[in-house]
Amino acid sequence: MTAIADIPEAPRAARRPQIGNPVLRWLRTNLFSSIPNGILSVVLLAVLAKGIFSFAQWGIANAVWLTPANDSSACRAVRGVGACWAIIPEKYRFILFGTYPFDEQWRPALAVLLFIALFYLSTRRTLWRRELAYLWIAALALISMLMWGGILGLSFVSQDRWGGLPVTLILATFGLAFGFPLGILVALGRRSKLPAIRSLSVLYVELIRGVPLVSLLFMASVMFPLFMPNGFNIDKLLRAQVAIILFAGAYLAEVIRGGLQAVPRGQYEAAEALGLSYWRKNRLIVLPQAIRHVIPPLVNTFIAFFKDTSLVLIIGIFDLLTTAKTAIIDPAWQQFSVEVYIFVAGIYFVFCFAMSRYSRSLEATDGR
Amino acid sequence: MTSDAPRPPPSRRFFGAFGRRELKGLFWQVLVVGIAVAVVVFLWSNTVTNLSARRITTGFAFLGREAGMPIADSLLAYNPRDSYLWAFVVGIANTLRVAVIGIVLATILGTVIGISRLSANWLLSRLAAVYVETLRDIPLLLQLLFWYVLMQALPAARAAWRPIEGVFLSNRGLILPAIPIGTPQLWVLGTAALGLVVFYVIRRRLIAQQMRDGRPRPAWPFGLGLLVVLPAAVSVLLGVSWPIEWPELRGFNFVGGLTLAPEYFALLIALVTYTSAFIAEIVRSGIQSVPRGQWDAANALGLRRSFMLRQIILPQALRVIVPPMTSQYLNLTKNSSLAVAIGYQDVVSVANTTLNQTGQAIEAIALIMAVFLTISLGISFFMNWYNSRIALVER
Repeated sequence: MTAIADIPEAPRAARRPQIGNPVLRWLRTNLFSSIPNGILSVVLLAVLAKGIFSFAQWGIANAVWLTPANDSSACRAVRGVGACWAIIPEKYRFILFGTYPFDEQWRPALAVLLFIALFYLSTRRTLWRRELAYLWIAALALISMLMWGGILGLSFVSQDRWGGLPVTLILATFGLAFGFPLGILVALGRRSKLPAIRSLSVLYVELIRGVPLVSLLFMASVMFPLFMPNGFNIDKLLRAQVAIILFAGAYLAEVIRGGLQAVPRGQYEAAEALGLSYWRKNRLIVLPQAIRHVIPPLVNTFIAFFKDTSLVLIIGIFDLLTTAKTAIIDPAWQQFSVEVYIFVAGIYFVFCFAMSRYSRSLEATDGR
Repeated sequence: MTSDAPRPPPSRRFFGAFGRRELKGLFWQVLVVGIAVAVVVFLWSNTVTNLSARRITTGFAFLGREAGMPIADSLLAYNPRDSYLWAFVVGIANTLRVAVIGIVLATILGTVIGISRLSANWLLSRLAAVYVETLRDIPLLLQLLFWYVLMQALPAARAAWRPIEGVFLSNRGLILPAIPIGTPQLWVLGTAALGLVVFYVIRRRLIAQQMRDGRPRPAWPFGLGLLVVLPAAVSVLLGVSWPIEWPELRGFNFVGGLTLAPEYFALLIALVTYTSAFIAEIVRSGIQSVPRGQWDAANALGLRRSFMLRQIILPQALRVIVPPMTSQYLNLTKNSSLAVAIGYQDVVSVANTTLNQTGQAIEAIALIMAVFLTISLGISFFMNWYNSRIALVER
């Protein structure tokens, strides 16, 4: 095992005059500080160079970037030695928007942009006010209008034709928008002094967290129709959405409970001394502080949750991962699934990486 | 003094002992429980009506019927004429097989990567950081499908890759040489296990004695004797042989050795690499949480590096590491249910097939949930026990 960087250095080392070429000095301290370290660096460099070289050979040098429409012969010629990126221009409309009517696909595209704008605005600390909630309601209403249509001259598109990235974003965002208030209620319930409410909250949280999301989704897709009165049937997407909201609620409740525990007792007592009611005390005094404490773990929960929406593949809902998997069923392109998966992984990565960077920056400034 | 005491507030009591507060609390509880009960009754009555309309009989009687589903890859002996109950047991064994081995491998890999992130070597720490960032930000299901596609794209058995002699990697999965374990070998392994228990007891007593008089008493001679010499002696005395079974290609498939089917292997790789990225972060923050003063003090005492890490740093880091590690182990176990997406027959997959064949949706899903709740409770229980053992003993 190599040395651990965190060991404090002798103070003498810091004051030693810095001489010589800065590049060489950097190399010496960071890569060749000792003989084992030097050997390790050389080995790693060799492995890395080999890896990058073979990836570049496959992904760039021997790759096929474009082919005539619906003709994969050029790709099949380089199979095994080069990547077939041509499958992306061929299939990207289907991967991104699924079976949404082709000529109307500007609508889901616009919805995706709206989502991104909404997320971006939500990260601005100056906008963390009551108005943000109205902004969310307005944006989600606008997105529903765009996706469904049926008014303002937009043709109606039923939700079983929705697919791809907008569905992933809808599942994640609506799951969050409803799961978050649910999580707050359950977290308060779990800390309540009333035994019946407390035990119901504990039961809910532990039950949901103890089982895999897959089983909840199965429940939504197979058991939900049994639960409802005869003749009453709601759409598959909505059923999955309900499962995701219930799932998110339980996990968010645990994070928020952590924040509630971090609020000093004096704050509760002061609020009570002012004669505030239970709800006003929590809304005005406790929750704002509690949530501020747990913003970084909340963002991490959102990331986990964004990734977990991909599980709806198992019950056959057309989210981004399902459209990707469906796009390569086409026999002509069947062999090039790795390229499609890399493309889709890139999309997920961009969203999650942006969120994790944001969470990191919040931690650095301590959530202020 | 008594005259300054606040007077009792004006009486707002309606029902004898109940104050306004208690009454309000009671009201809310009755309301919430009432709603919950109403929802459950509503769903239950709908379900009963729907089930009778579809002529589905409830209950677990179907478990005794013949399953008729194929399970290709299993630890336990199984054939399609066995009952659904046995199919479930086989599924549970498959879930545990991937979860237990996954947890062990993910812990090892995650620890190595977590320590690499703290390395003084810039290249190593950056590579570890890139590994963690990349794997954490891509959905596990996508990674699983990716690995599975790569497995299927491997050459056929005839042209299998042979990274090391006796190891074959092909679209039939990973085939390793194995040592068959029969009754005589079990005797030797049993001796070693007994030796481990005895060694553990002896070590505890030696440490307790050292605590009393401060004189170090090495435990390794006992370890050598009980774990190596004694089993070896038993092996020689009983004349147990340890033949290595080398896999060989016969026709289109391999004979002998240990086969990890592509589904199992892809699931294991995906779970281990994904979870190790999270474990790496936990290990890193655990080590960083040990105050600098502890490193300084250990250095000042002139302790050897390995001793310092083992006796000073690790015990303190573990207190920070163990609780989040528990939830990662639980996550890995729950994530193993994604097996259903690539057709590895774990308990979820078996339940799903059962559900499709018999229509017993409620029972099948209840079984999945019961199995996972039990496993989750088991892991939590074990990790809480371990955590209380290593927790800081305060006055």
